[in-house]
Amino acid sequence: MAGEAKTTAQYIEHHLTNLTYGMNPQTGQWEFAHSAEEAAAMGFWSINVDSMAWSIGLGLAFLMLFRKAAAAATSGVPGGLQNAVEMIVETLEDQVLSVFNHKNALIAPLALTIFVWVFLMNLMDLLPVDWLPELAVVAGISHMKIVPSTDPNITMALALSVFALVIYYSVKCKGIGGFLAELSFHPFPVQKGVMAIFIVPINFLLESVTLIAKPLSLGLRLFGNMYAGEMIFILIALTFGGGVVLALAGGLMQWAWAVFHVLIITLQAFLFAVLSVVYLAQAHDVDEH
Amino acid sequence: MNLNATLIGQSITFLVFVMFCMKYIWPPIRQAMHDRQEAIAAGLRASEEADEKLAQAADNAEQELVAAKAEAASIIEQARTRANQMVEDAKAEARSEGERLVDAAKAEIEQEVNRAKEALRGQVAALVIDGAEQVLKDSIDAEKHEQMLKQLAAEL
Repeated sequence: MAGEAKTTAQYIEHHLTNLTYGMNPQTGQWEFAHSAEEAAAMGFWSINVDSMAWSIGLGLAFLMLFRKAAAAATSGVPGGLQNAVEMIVETLEDQVLSVFNHKNALIAPLALTIFVWVFLMNLMDLLPVDWLPELAVVAGISHMKIVPSTDPNITMALALSVFALVIYYSVKCKGIGGFLAELSFHPFPVQKGVMAIFIVPINFLLESVTLIAKPLSLGLRLFGNMYAGEMIFILIALTFGGGVVLALAGGLMQWAWAVFHVLIITLQAFLFAVLSVVYLAQAHDVDEH
Repeated sequence: MNLNATLIGQSITFLVFVMFCMKYIWPPIRQAMHDRQEAIAAGLRASEEADEKLAQAADNAEQELVAAKAEAASIIEQARTRANQMVEDAKAEARSEGERLVDAAKAEIEQEVNRAKEALRGQVAALVIDGAEQVLKDSIDAEKHEQMLKQLAAEL
């Protein structure tokens, strides 16, 4: 715990608050929010600067690293970086090929981007929770959340982007009529006759829910996992202020949780990428009935 | 923890990143991997072909060896036959030469014998004449008796 006199609740809240920039409705001025309440009051037209900065920074790190490998890529004996990059590329390509049977040059690079980017954002969770936020406080920045994937804006933005692609390719591959028909004629078969009038709306309702559940579950699954993981790290960090015994136990727990978290962050990143591909594959599948 | 414009910013960022990845990262890496796979496949094919060629060459060499051995054997056989022939020939020739020499020697001996007989005959005749001359002193017609004694000698 930092040296300042903070209550436990304040400590936790400080860790869970983004650095939000927006118009403060009380003063009518554009400024950084000083608390979670102020940030909430700024409404939709405000932006989480820390989430954006870290996610863009990590994304650029990914792109530059992989671009470096791609620019130097040789069909001869690969170097260490190229080896690592190729391993990731091949793993994702295998996944994409096993799920996605259509021709689309976007899908595999999309999966690669999602996997590596989300992995890097999740990876920030393994840094000790106090390091960067306290450093930011020293530097005069009031709040600093360094794990972008614990911000629902970030995860939902990814999920909604994938969802937009799902809608786009559904309409492109099946036509608007085909897409609507797919929503209307499942899961209950529609026969000609009076019953159709009742069954079509029921089908449409059920299928719409199914459709909308996809981006929601995709985005919230990642957010939930990362948020809970971060929360546990914060709670463990609280024990460091509770005497030698608690601090030692806390250190052990932090180590154990971090080891377990290595698995979680990789798994969640992989899951996000593969599910995106699965949803896009469904969008491409023309009705087999 | 509230939804705000970060959603939009992140979506735009995401699409830009995906586009960049699709254009500048995925194709070169994929190409390099593909090329390497091709190169490895070609290498394996070439090594297989080389193995086949090696096996073929070994077969050929074996056949050549067998043929060469057979030829060598036949040459040796021929040489042996020829040698035997030559030995036989030489033997036959030696035998005939020997016989010839023996014959010649025999003939010469016979000649010598004849010649000796002739000489002996002459000497005997002269001796007899000398003896008779001494016995008979002048009473003997030398010419007439010599003729007679020669005839007698010829009958020896």
